[in-house]
Amino acid sequence: MSANVMRTGIDVPRTRAFARPSFVGRLFAGACATSAWMGLGVLSVLLVGVLWQGAGWLSWSFLTNYDSRHPAEAGIRAGLWGSLWLVVLATLFAVPVGVGAGIFLEEYEKKGWLRTVIEINLSNLAGVPSIVYGILGMAVFVKMFGAFQGQPKVLEIGLRNAHFDIPLPFGRTVLSGGLTLALLILPIVIVVTREALRAVPSSLRQASYALGATHWQTIRHQLLPAALPGIITGVILSVSRAIGETAPLLMVGAAVYLANSPGGIETPLDVVKHPGGVLEAPFDSFTALPVLIFNWISRPEKEYRHVAAAAILVLLGLLQVFNIAASVIRARMQRKTRW
Amino acid sequence: MASIPSEFPAAPSLASQPLGLGPRFSLSRVREQAIRLILLGCALASILTTVGIIYVLLSETIFAIPPNEAFFQLVSPWHFFTDTRWTPQFSDRHFGILPLLCGTFLVAGIAAVIGLPIGLAGSIYLSEYASPRTRNLVKPILEVLAGIPTVVFGYFALVFVTPYALRPVFTGLFGWDVQVFNAASAGIVVGIMIIPIVSSLSEDALRAVPQALREAAYALGSSKYHVSTRVVVPAALSGVLASFLLAISRAVGETMAVSIAAGQTPVLTLNPLRSVETMTAYIVNVSFGDKPHQSLDFKALFAVAMTLFVMTLVMNILSHLVMRRFRETYQ
Repeated sequence: MSANVMRTGIDVPRTRAFARPSFVGRLFAGACATSAWMGLGVLSVLLVGVLWQGAGWLSWSFLTNYDSRHPAEAGIRAGLWGSLWLVVLATLFAVPVGVGAGIFLEEYEKKGWLRTVIEINLSNLAGVPSIVYGILGMAVFVKMFGAFQGQPKVLEIGLRNAHFDIPLPFGRTVLSGGLTLALLILPIVIVVTREALRAVPSSLRQASYALGATHWQTIRHQLLPAALPGIITGVILSVSRAIGETAPLLMVGAAVYLANSPGGIETPLDVVKHPGGVLEAPFDSFTALPVLIFNWISRPEKEYRHVAAAAILVLLGLLQVFNIAASVIRARMQRKTRW
Repeated sequence: MASIPSEFPAAPSLASQPLGLGPRFSLSRVREQAIRLILLGCALASILTTVGIIYVLLSETIFAIPPNEAFFQLVSPWHFFTDTRWTPQFSDRHFGILPLLCGTFLVAGIAAVIGLPIGLAGSIYLSEYASPRTRNLVKPILEVLAGIPTVVFGYFALVFVTPYALRPVFTGLFGWDVQVFNAASAGIVVGIMIIPIVSSLSEDALRAVPQALREAAYALGSSKYHVSTRVVVPAALSGVLASFLLAISRAVGETMAVSIAAGQTPVLTLNPLRSVETMTAYIVNVSFGDKPHQSLDFKALFAVAMTLFVMTLVMNILSHLVMRRFRETYQ
């Protein structure tokens, strides 16, 4: 490298070298600045374009209608509820497992072959295309390796007040979709948890041990509360990743045309009115907001492009809400921590 | 206990009533171990995911449990990798993956031509030229761009890029035919999608170059341009290459934008204005239609997915190898 530096020194034009940058230098600086700001340009073009196409189609009935053969009456209610259920289930599965794995890697297995294997595995999983997760979900959750060949069973579990009818294999249900998305965001949750735990100063650990706390007591009462804002921020960001995913959901059989919401819950009030629907929803067929968008884009009628644009506006709006929530928590965290 | 010197009078009483610091059975110790095992189970879940992916792909592609038949037991791998026709739906069936590979690389190539230089230039700006204030403005914008769902980019390609950018230039100026679905529009949006990946990873590599190298070059009278292009970028070259590899791997595995904008015509062409089909688009299209799961074209899905998985895996591993070299250089 030193030879390179030496040559650079000689190459510099001697005249006006300090006066002002050469023409090529200014051109280069301009090109670099343009490239960096290009993101803003693309974003604005995209937003303006989608607004132009879709803003006029956005209305209250668009949010509350189901899909329709008539573009003017098509709506996203099934997609909104479907996406909500998918994200809730994915978070329920991915967060406990992901946080647990993060704690194990950061606090228990500080070195050794197992940690190396898991770390290599995680970095490779992060690069696996999302559609491959969809294939995994289809084989494992939807078909269960064909273990129930042609004869689906229903597993009935009756608890005191609740009654589950679990189809085996899970089939094309919200549960299959949620589990697939959970696998997809699991590596993200693990990485985020590890970073959050690493940011906790070790003096906190040592103080806790010095007071006689056990390993788990230290983690449970000192480290996790300290790392919680970081973990929550990461979970919100992984949820916003999950909500935009389309390909894996198509693989696990998201319906493109659906005129009911999972479990028959159509308004937030229905959760109170028919609590049974909450237990039925995971085993119902589903669609999701990005799946509806994909379907509308693929339709030959031009009007559906406007419907798709309106749905994209809703999707981007939702994502923005998540991003703002994440950055608010991050900002509060930075204000509160005093180490 | 026998080794305790005899001048300590307390030694005999210690032996009768063990109060040492050594391991002792207690409920809290069992609980600690149980918690450790549960957490180990959580960590193994990620390994189970990988094992699951590999098992599913292998069992459908290379060998299956007897009543089922794997794809390569029905179609020879030689035909799969050398036949130039991909016609699973026709009566004259051919399963040659070359057209799909060609479509994939055409789109990924266009994406690379657009995304890699812009991403690198952007990272040079962020690392060498921009003030901290500008950086804090630009970086969130790139993060927002990275967070936009791919289905939105597909819409953008189909509704804006083809009619308002490609058609006016290529049809308007040159008179060439631009199809509704074409590789160019998909490649352009995938290129935009990989800009944030390249610029954030490359920027990390550029910023990791020791300040002393820059100062030495400035001391010898170099301009900022020369410092950037001849000192900083070469010094961070392996990190930059690693980011390129990751970005190309992302472009190869990209699904929704490509299946919306690039079309569903598996042809062996390098014409970016024509409709092509990528590997990911085939997987989506087959699963989208309600094909019986025992049919051959449904099984072909797994063979295509296997090829895709191996390709992206190789690129990711290469990227990590390159990255590790870079980490060893300056520490």
